[in-house]
Amino acid sequence: MTSPIFIALRRLRAPLLMLITVYAVGIVGFLAIPGQDADGRPAAMSIFHAFYFITYTASTIGFGELPNAFTDAQRLWAIVVIYLSVLGWAYTIGSVLSLGQDRAFREAVRRERFARQVRGRSEAFVIVCGFGETGALICAALDRSNTRFVVVEKNETRVAEVDLQGYSATIPAITGDARLPENLLVAGLQHPRCRGVVAVTDDDEANLAVAIAVRLLNPRVPVLARCRDEDVAANMASFHTDHVINPFTLFGEYLSLLLRAPRVYELLDRLVGSAASPETTDRLPPRGRWVVCGYGRFGREVVECFDRQGLEITIIDPDPPADSDRPIVRGTGTNEAPLRAAGIEQAVGIVAGTDNDVNNLSIAVTARHVKPDLYVIVRQNHTANAALFQAFAADYTVVSRAIVAEHCIALVRTPLLAPFIRRVIGGEEPAAEALLGRIETLVGSERITAWSVRLNAADAPAVHRALMDGIAVDFAGLLHDPSDRERTLHAVPLMLARDGVLDMAPADRAPLRAGDEILFAGTNTARERLQRTLENANVRDYVLLGRDIPGGTVWALLTRGDGTA
Amino acid sequence: MNVEKVVFAFFIVLAATLNFGFVYGDIDDPAHHDIYELFASVVVNLVATVLKFGDRTQIGAVHLATSLVAVLQLVAASVVWAYAAHVKGGLDPEATASVVSLSAGALLANIVSLTLLVSETVSMRR
Repeated sequence: MTSPIFIALRRLRAPLLMLITVYAVGIVGFLAIPGQDADGRPAAMSIFHAFYFITYTASTIGFGELPNAFTDAQRLWAIVVIYLSVLGWAYTIGSVLSLGQDRAFREAVRRERFARQVRGRSEAFVIVCGFGETGALICAALDRSNTRFVVVEKNETRVAEVDLQGYSATIPAITGDARLPENLLVAGLQHPRCRGVVAVTDDDEANLAVAIAVRLLNPRVPVLARCRDEDVAANMASFHTDHVINPFTLFGEYLSLLLRAPRVYELLDRLVGSAASPETTDRLPPRGRWVVCGYGRFGREVVECFDRQGLEITIIDPDPPADSDRPIVRGTGTNEAPLRAAGIEQAVGIVAGTDNDVNNLSIAVTARHVKPDLYVIVRQNHTANAALFQAFAADYTVVSRAIVAEHCIALVRTPLLAPFIRRVIGGEEPAAEALLGRIETLVGSERITAWSVRLNAADAPAVHRALMDGIAVDFAGLLHDPSDRERTLHAVPLMLARDGVLDMAPADRAPLRAGDEILFAGTNTARERLQRTLENANVRDYVLLGRDIPGGTVWALLTRGDGTA
Repeated sequence: MNVEKVVFAFFIVLAATLNFGFVYGDIDDPAHHDIYELFASVVVNLVATVLKFGDRTQIGAVHLATSLVAVLQLVAASVVWAYAAHVKGGLDPEATASVVSLSAGALLANIVSLTLLVSETVSMRR
């Protein structure tokens, strides 16, 4: 990488040479031309005086004729020197200014500054590759949760948008192809504070390249990659990419859950969902005959999911694949004829899943017109159309970018959430029902987050100390409210990870051990208060033992004196 | 033959020879050290420095560093000369000695530069 200083020096070579020549020629001229002093005697100019004269003349200051009044011959030479030196300076200043406008130079300066900002990071950060719609959603959520991040984006205009987002911190952003490992390294891939890489560029291949680069250059860091193509996804998995996120598969899983085990879905939605969560009504998708419009990648996932649930499906697609043995109606579904042909009157629900937002809305409106009590699932492709979809108020609006974004955010912020989600999706209704019940009695419908806590010396110094001193700690004790011990924090332990074994239903009274990692769900307030207990020894003593110990050193000494006396 | 290389070598050698010419002679005898030669030496050294701008190779960086040292020494010598000749009102043997010794330092840097130039040329074998 070329340092900007070298580019500047090379560009300024010609103007500086010209300036040196002009000064030298000017001085030599004044040395050669005889002058005279006040009495008319010949007086040669010294180098010192010649340099002085040219210095103030060239910079257009003009103190006058020194050390004696000039002869006409000297004045003639002074005219030449003035024109030459003004030209020289104009050339130099012009070169400096045009250098500041130069694209390559500005890019080099920006890159240098970016590298410096990344090198100087003292907080944990995440690298986000690709600042498209999904990338922007992820960045906004990371910023809200006070997680620092850097952005690598190929498109210069989008990079400029990073500055316009009004994030709470300065976000270093670099214009560069994330496929090039060099760009990832500049973005801090091997920085000790790098906590993860999110690859959400438009291009599946680029995301794959990022995943591979991260695996090889820094295996310690988890990588999340979005991928819409199944072949590429398999390739990613073979490279041990931590999380391959396919929005269509993910939605298929959600839809299956919604049909099979709605309470599990609700639990997931509460834990993973954020402000970007898909809009759903309280209605559950009914069982019966369904019509699916659009048989692309999204449509296939939906059909597969309905198949697993044993539901009857009719597909409407303008260009159906020849090899399919399903009943397919040709058409777009935006008018009544194909909808009726697909048997919309007998159907219980419709999925408008083409890759065109206007068509999807048109399908949904027409279908509802034909049969008002249909359960309508609409796919929204672009964030910009959110207002239209909100106004339509479908039973389920699928925003694939939001699905990817909220999944990424949850996994980046809480790595322990991934194994939990896997187990919950595979799990049964009653367990989820019980967990949801606990959460609901504790916090009602208030918004909750999931977070993980590790009982080690770095993250929970106070409690770690207590555990080392042999004090028994359990969830019931840990979750007393630090501001009033009689109350309990609004948080539920979801999962306990100990020595690589996951306990999905940790008991309230089971003793905790140093090094345990716990996944909690609860309100933000509970999270902050619990953190105080974990970090502050005085708060810990009050919470765990009910002792209100004076905090200051003097008071601590006095009370200790009382105790021994 | 490359014109750029000729110009480059020309200025480096000229910077060294002018510098040597000024330093040569009794160290405290003003008559042995022509001030115009010092002036020429400063100008040529400045040109040589600017010519070395922007070469990112290792040897280019050392070239630039030696030239910067030479220019620094020569400018210091010129300032001492200007102070002695114009402020104190005359160039005495002590002032001459200090001007010449400062330029002698610059000469050393120029010799390093020359050595680099020669070794570079020899290693090219063409």
